[in-house]
Amino acid sequence: MKRIFWFMGVILAVVGLLFGVKVGLDWQSSQQKSAARMTKNQDQTLTIFNWGDYIDPTLIHEFEQKTGYHVDYETFDSNEAMFTKIEQGGTRYDLAIPSDYMIQKMRAANLLEPLDYHELKDLQEYDPELMNQPFDPGNRYSLPYFWGTLGIVYNDQDVAADELKTWNDLWNPKWNQSVMLYDSARDVMGVGLASNDDDINSTNMSELLAAKGRLDALMPNVKAIVGDEIKMYMVQNEAKIAVDFSGDAQQMLAQNSHLHYVLPQGRGNMWFDNMVIPKTVRNKKAAYAFINFLADPTHAAKNAEYTGYSTPNVGAKQLLPAVVKNNPDFYPSQQTLKKLTVYQDLGLDWTTTYNDLYLEFKMNNHR
Amino acid sequence: MKSKQSIPYMVPYVLWIVLFVILPLLLMLIQSLQDIHQQWTLANYANFFRSGTYLKMTFNSIFYAFLVTVITLSISYPMAYGLSRVKNSQFWLLLVILPTWVNLLLKAYAFIGLLSQTGTVNQFLGFIGIGPQQLLFTDTSFILVASYIELPFMILPIFNSLVEVNPSLPNAARDLGATPWQTLRRVIFPLTLGGVRAGVQAVFIPTLSLFMLTRLIGGNRVITLGTAIEEHFLITQNWGMGSTIGIILVVAMGITMYVTRDRKKRGKR
Repeated sequence: MKRIFWFMGVILAVVGLLFGVKVGLDWQSSQQKSAARMTKNQDQTLTIFNWGDYIDPTLIHEFEQKTGYHVDYETFDSNEAMFTKIEQGGTRYDLAIPSDYMIQKMRAANLLEPLDYHELKDLQEYDPELMNQPFDPGNRYSLPYFWGTLGIVYNDQDVAADELKTWNDLWNPKWNQSVMLYDSARDVMGVGLASNDDDINSTNMSELLAAKGRLDALMPNVKAIVGDEIKMYMVQNEAKIAVDFSGDAQQMLAQNSHLHYVLPQGRGNMWFDNMVIPKTVRNKKAAYAFINFLADPTHAAKNAEYTGYSTPNVGAKQLLPAVVKNNPDFYPSQQTLKKLTVYQDLGLDWTTTYNDLYLEFKMNNHR
Repeated sequence: MKSKQSIPYMVPYVLWIVLFVILPLLLMLIQSLQDIHQQWTLANYANFFRSGTYLKMTFNSIFYAFLVTVITLSISYPMAYGLSRVKNSQFWLLLVILPTWVNLLLKAYAFIGLLSQTGTVNQFLGFIGIGPQQLLFTDTSFILVASYIELPFMILPIFNSLVEVNPSLPNAARDLGATPWQTLRRVIFPLTLGGVRAGVQAVFIPTLSLFMLTRLIGGNRVITLGTAIEEHFLITQNWGMGSTIGIILVVAMGITMYVTRDRKKRGKR
């Protein structure tokens, strides 16, 4: 009994000590923050809400130097999490970078401020092909930050370049147990729909059922359906083929020179991450200053080189190395782009239908 | 008199139970009776029992949980028995418990490192001439990792009940001419049934709804009810269906507890 009390006492002491250290550290950092606020008062701060590791940090520094604003950079890891934080309020985000369908959803929920075009500069740098998308007609609320596609990553030790040209090539019996899918209902169903040459935003039950049947036929080739680990697995040569986004692909390619990304011919998905000014904005001036800062081709090019994503900035694209800007898988031709579709927010009922079919597909996996 | 005195002591317990057990369960029950448009309905339950998908998933979950329980039990009992018989047994037991101090995700990633195409196990297989095999994303690897993770929860209660067995009872059995095997089967095992029961409950019930491992180790080739709940809450945002599966799991667990309960009727001779 005595030993138990001793044991508990020691644990309590350690917990107390750690808590004390934490309080001390918090106090210190809050002192620093308020000191920083004293010198640069409230309206000199710009709060950016972005995906993790999605900006070249030296750009933030450069922006602070150039404009005198202080940048608070906060990150999220899913559109849904970002939506909740902005919807619930109590936050002061001046600039956020959600994806296409989420912009549509935020617009409908009245969470976005319309852009004031008098404040915006260098608009001619944005590729007109990438503007005026269905999720934000006329770009009233958003401007593109990065964009990309859904495609196929393959390992050239096992797969020849001409063996994967269209989505249908995934069904080749040669790839038995070799394909990894990214665990997402819309994307996997999208592959099924695109391989049937149907719209990836289809709300036609027979098309959806046909897509699901098509996916069931793909199952023997599917090795695993995984989340973000897909990057690690591909880099470690665990599978020959993966279906993933161009952005993820770029990160894999940087780590394993045997990997290549291909944008399949025919229909497919194209995605956007756009800059928006949410309703939580406190410092519109700073937000516009940052949007204009990024519209400068040298800055946009620097950001694109750091993240590896495709930039919507025409001037910036010209500044990129020739191997990058001339790669049709990352910067497809206008002709190819015409066949690609952006995901639309289909509403609760259809989203549920997509998810139910996808869950059924995943269940159908017994070898 | 005595019961009145103990009332203040009951306050924390009652508060805890109401706030953290009864209220959440009620909320879940209410959620499960609503569809995606927040309309009252029984459709979620009807869906569950009508669609082959969920029934198959339920069957899968129970089957995997059963396998994991049987495997951990058959490893744990001899292990605990051996441990209870050696010097410094608490220390050796500590070594078995040690992995529970490490975060589940870290353990899962460690197994990925071991079982992947270029992992340690495949390097060894290559070395002895069998060549690399597909180990990840198989039922076997899922059951292996799940058993590894659940093992300590099976050993602990069994070990404790073994230590509590009065040593004079097995001694008496031996004196009266029982063989070691008979002593184990007729005397020690019945006396430790409580520990076995606790272990089975501690392993079977959580394994029913394991979900992270099904994706990381099973590559979603193994699907349990836990996967479906995760999907409904995080991706589909169909909380109604997610809660329905949750309620069904709670009922299933209740049944498990009932079946493995401590039956007071003894002395049937």
